[in-house]
Amino acid sequence: MKILLKGGLVIDPSQGLEAALDLLIEEGRIKALGKDLPGEGARILSCHGLIVAPGFIDMHVHFREPGEEWKETIATGSLAAVAGGFTAVACMPNTRPPNDNAEVTRYILKKAKEANLCHVYPVACITKGQKGESLTEFGDLKEAGAVAVSDDGRPVPEAALMRLALEYAKNFDLPVISHAEDLSLARGGHVNEGLASAKLGLRGIPVEGEAIAIFREIMLAELTRTPVHIAHVSSKLGVELIRWAKEKGLPVTAETAPHYFTLTEEATLGYHTNAKVNPPLRSEADRQAVEEAIAEGVIDVIATDHAPHSPLEKFCEFERAAFGLVGLETALPLGLNLVRRGVISLSRLVELFSCAPARILKVPGGTLKEGARADVTVFDREATWLVSEETLHSKSKNSPFLGWEMRGQAVYTIVAGRLVYQRGKA
Amino acid sequence: MEFRHHHILDISALTPEDISYILETAANLKEILTRPIPKVPTLRGKLVAHLFFEPSTRTRLSFERAAKILSADVFNFTARMSSVEKGETLLDTVLNLKAMGVDLFVIRHSMAGAPHFIAQVAGTRVINAGDGFHAHPTQALLDLLTVKEKKGTLAGLKVAIIGDIRHSRVAHSGICGFKKMGAEVYVSGPATMLPSARETLGAKVCYRLEEALQGADVVMALRVQKERHGKDLFPSLREYARQFGINAERLALAKPDCLLMHPGPVNWGVELHPELENDPRSVILEQVTNGVAVRMALLVLLLGGTA
Repeated sequence: MKILLKGGLVIDPSQGLEAALDLLIEEGRIKALGKDLPGEGARILSCHGLIVAPGFIDMHVHFREPGEEWKETIATGSLAAVAGGFTAVACMPNTRPPNDNAEVTRYILKKAKEANLCHVYPVACITKGQKGESLTEFGDLKEAGAVAVSDDGRPVPEAALMRLALEYAKNFDLPVISHAEDLSLARGGHVNEGLASAKLGLRGIPVEGEAIAIFREIMLAELTRTPVHIAHVSSKLGVELIRWAKEKGLPVTAETAPHYFTLTEEATLGYHTNAKVNPPLRSEADRQAVEEAIAEGVIDVIATDHAPHSPLEKFCEFERAAFGLVGLETALPLGLNLVRRGVISLSRLVELFSCAPARILKVPGGTLKEGARADVTVFDREATWLVSEETLHSKSKNSPFLGWEMRGQAVYTIVAGRLVYQRGKA
Repeated sequence: MEFRHHHILDISALTPEDISYILETAANLKEILTRPIPKVPTLRGKLVAHLFFEPSTRTRLSFERAAKILSADVFNFTARMSSVEKGETLLDTVLNLKAMGVDLFVIRHSMAGAPHFIAQVAGTRVINAGDGFHAHPTQALLDLLTVKEKKGTLAGLKVAIIGDIRHSRVAHSGICGFKKMGAEVYVSGPATMLPSARETLGAKVCYRLEEALQGADVVMALRVQKERHGKDLFPSLREYARQFGINAERLALAKPDCLLMHPGPVNWGVELHPELENDPRSVILEQVTNGVAVRMALLVLLLGGTA
């Protein structure tokens, strides 16, 4: 099957490219990139006025399968991904049972294959049962298809065990992703400690807990000389520590999520459970610091931490409500807001969504070079649409952005040379 | 003045004018309590449900008394011995009672925001009778009424609240209410139970008890809530009583005509020394009486009867 993307503005930071070009895809690969490419035998997709970019990779999603299929399945999550312009996702291991053995990894990959929409990269647990006691079989997991390890949602409690994980990961070249949170400070908390905790009368989660945990991971990166990736950075203190680590030349990378550069703890006032997320939404100063860190390159990646929950977990008392929000389908327009606010260039946005996650996870993608696997995201910068339960494809609708008008939308999502999503035709 | 609120969820939603209006209404209704037959037909035919998911004596009976004086019908629901023990959710409990015709829910819950959730889903009037650490607006209002009656004004007073401020809904609503009405609020107690720098709500935090008590017009001791924290936030009750308990000597630092208050139940010998039990400065039982008046006022204002 041949596809010709005609007349789009191609933005590919991997080649320093930003030009109006045609892109020809054949047999699942990028065949050619050039002006006025011939389209014989190809399906021609008009991309005039649209951006053509290497496929977006969301390195932090929760697809809930196996175990919590009422919230999301790999099939519904994959649909939300491609509708949001993502050609690949890395799914976190806190399923039921958790992805701590090769059998679960294989199950996830089988389901992903059945869904047949985007690439799904399983992230396996660091410790068995995410219990923070003993390491999982990294070698087995890697052979089964896991691309990284993380105890996401449950930080590895002991520094000594995290040290072993970083060391052992070297044998298998597995990236290690840290959910950086000091549990003893965060335990029992529901919102940011400060304005939100004071006004809502809820136990707070202080930013210092995130900072303490990030500092630990930085020290362990120094000790073990192993790369560590910090998930969902939400605070000014966290950003400052990562900046310092990078200045020291340590192998530390970091991601943030759109809600941390878009919302503040004010969104929780009134006990809005869709804005209950971990780490919690922080202060305006934190939000600004995260935004600056994205511009500066201190933060490498925008990931969504897509965390679907049904009304059973969200339409209830705030303290009982689960942490998390769905983000796959609102990430692109919220990222484009950074471009519109002058924080970053469009090319930097593509780096954050595509090149950097590919590099950190060591998976294919992040480029439109000839011969590369044809994972391509085509989007409209200006299209406006309303976030509603009807417009979201995810099985769960727990978005704090319900009712918002978004600007920017995926138009074509191409995975390994196949058009898997087309705006208005899902 | 028109009372535009449908719910009483926390003090922060009320303006100083709202608060003054509630206090005036309560002061007027209080007269009914002194009648030989304290009963008026104001809320005849209205159904008030008292949902108590946490133990309570004073607040629950005070609401019941208020509703009955106003001739409302009353459901008294406690979580124990109810379907909650079978796993029924708060949402379902509320919707089922609503289906029986409840006009107003009074709710006490261990989770902050539970009354707000009910207000959002029930389509009835809601009064918060205490939610987690968050708020206890009717307590704050009865405290304001008590001080106003005794002092004639609230503006410019120095109010000292002593004890576990961080985990106290009484303190949170008290700070908010007294500040709104122009008083200055000082808080003191073990620093592990004082608000962190980001969470003061505008109260002045004193690490020396004397600083809070010095020249105070109102001294409010809070109950040491042994049941509420997982870990010990102070080494022993003995040390608490010695270092932070209010006794005659400490109370002498406050103004001679100060008011001694406590939301109850009192742990005598811990936060209050037994020598203060019959002290003329204590208005603890007047707080209780005013609690009935304030709750009558809120029921009338929310359910639209004529006072």
